[in-house]
Amino acid sequence: MKDKTMTATDVVAQLESGMTLGIGGWGPRRKPMALVREILRSDLTDLTVVAYGGPDVGMLCAAGKVKKLIFAFVTLDFIPLEPYFRQARQAGAIDVMEIDEGMMMLGLRAAAMGAPFIPTRVGLGTDVIRFSKDLALIDSPYDDKEWVAMPALKLDAALIHVDRASSRGVCQIKGPDHYMDDSFARAADATYVSCDELVDNSYFADESEARFVFWERAVTTGVVHIPGGAHPSSCNPLYGFDVPHFQEYNASAKDGGFASYADKYINGKSEDEYREAVGGLDAIRALPLPVY
Amino acid sequence: MSNAASDYSLAELMICANAAIYENDGEVLVTGIGVLPRIAASLAMKTCNTEIMMTDSESWMLAEPNPLGPRPADFVQQNENWMGFARIFENVWSGRRHITGGPTQLDRFGQSNISAIGGTHQQPKVQMLGARGFPGNSISHLNSFLVPAHSTRVFVEGECDFVCTIGYNPERLPRGYSMDDIGLRHIITDLCVMDFGGPDHQVRVVSLHPGITAEQVQENTGFALAWADDVVTTAAPTAEQLSIIAAMDPHNQRSKQLRDNPPGDRS
Repeated sequence: MKDKTMTATDVVAQLESGMTLGIGGWGPRRKPMALVREILRSDLTDLTVVAYGGPDVGMLCAAGKVKKLIFAFVTLDFIPLEPYFRQARQAGAIDVMEIDEGMMMLGLRAAAMGAPFIPTRVGLGTDVIRFSKDLALIDSPYDDKEWVAMPALKLDAALIHVDRASSRGVCQIKGPDHYMDDSFARAADATYVSCDELVDNSYFADESEARFVFWERAVTTGVVHIPGGAHPSSCNPLYGFDVPHFQEYNASAKDGGFASYADKYINGKSEDEYREAVGGLDAIRALPLPVY
Repeated sequence: MSNAASDYSLAELMICANAAIYENDGEVLVTGIGVLPRIAASLAMKTCNTEIMMTDSESWMLAEPNPLGPRPADFVQQNENWMGFARIFENVWSGRRHITGGPTQLDRFGQSNISAIGGTHQQPKVQMLGARGFPGNSISHLNSFLVPAHSTRVFVEGECDFVCTIGYNPERLPRGYSMDDIGLRHIITDLCVMDFGGPDHQVRVVSLHPGITAEQVQENTGFALAWADDVVTTAAPTAEQLSIIAAMDPHNQRSKQLRDNPPGDRS
């Protein structure tokens, strides 16, 4: 029986500069931030990132890791505009493919099913098409309309954070939405998952637990047990996102820059030291869930 | 309208005007993006169109809209079904939806922008949210807009810097489509209510808020407006509407959405 457990360092050792990485979650919600921090500590560079962007994208941009970003938005929700994504864009520092939220799902699904593209109306008449050289308009064999051919977004690797997983790679997302994480996992050659809790495989014998497993274990390449690993993003229902921490992060963009933030929390620190620096696991698990 | 209230805020007037646009939509998902549109959607669901579907803005469809902001510990959300983002897209593409969004720019074609301002696409002067779901919304279902500060900065003279939504622009009309395939409905601002009922779907003023003149509206718009044959005064909220609004917004977030929270009647 395979044991897929590994460390965050092991995960990053599997990645290479120039790769296309998909990152699960949505804005400041259930982002694999511990894995992102491990990338920040590495010499990986020239990444193409596909994400429903939040602090993952902001930090990777700030650290100069991103060559190209495929995105529909980057936001911290209660802070609508992600500060370091803005800086990178306004400096012209990254190439972008700006698409619609639903188009991103279609691109991941095309990759997952081995199709070169999925036809859609989405994007017609807008600058999403005008500015994205990778987006083609095509004729249909079945009608006289033009269609957007949303290309497959094939990922070299997907990084995802889940509530709990087994060493075999069965992953459970118990929160209110698994977002497009199943599509990210299926679009990737390798899927690395960090989990708040590592459980025995028999945990999923209960139907009511197995219902919250959104891809089968063969899709999972590696499992990293990192309690609080989504912080400062949320892992609802275990914890909400850390509002004061995001406020400090946001303020650093105006005063001190990302280096000051990274020196305080990331550079030269282990994940255990990170967790202590933000108040410890109990404090993370006590972060209130957001009310929408 | 009966029982028109005499004391109401501009925010409440705009909420009621926004709610009224959903009256004949039938059984669609209504999404109001932002505080005023969300209250408006809730008001519509409780009054003029009880068939409306609505989410909790996270992952559940609701039988009853949630009040805004923190709710009491014993509050029980009235779920109907799971409605994560993947399922939202399925709904969007079915066309059974009407949203009211808040554009940073809106041009004479009804094209809107929430993505970025100025510069180039490689290096915008001001990066905002990104296109989000606006392209898909605009080609798939009904779209309306709420603009809290009607000005030439929003209603731009030329085209939007980044066109996030398809509008009535003949140069951008996709092959095989007619203008009637595009479902732009209403624009509610702090000055007036507009639709796209002018010649060739030109933006047209249908009602002016109490105390607002036609000149004020045109002066604050970067393009020529059409005018309805009988431009009326926007209907004042009723006492019943104000009471539902207060229940849906118990922390009075609506009072903080417009600068200085002006009264509804500015005459």
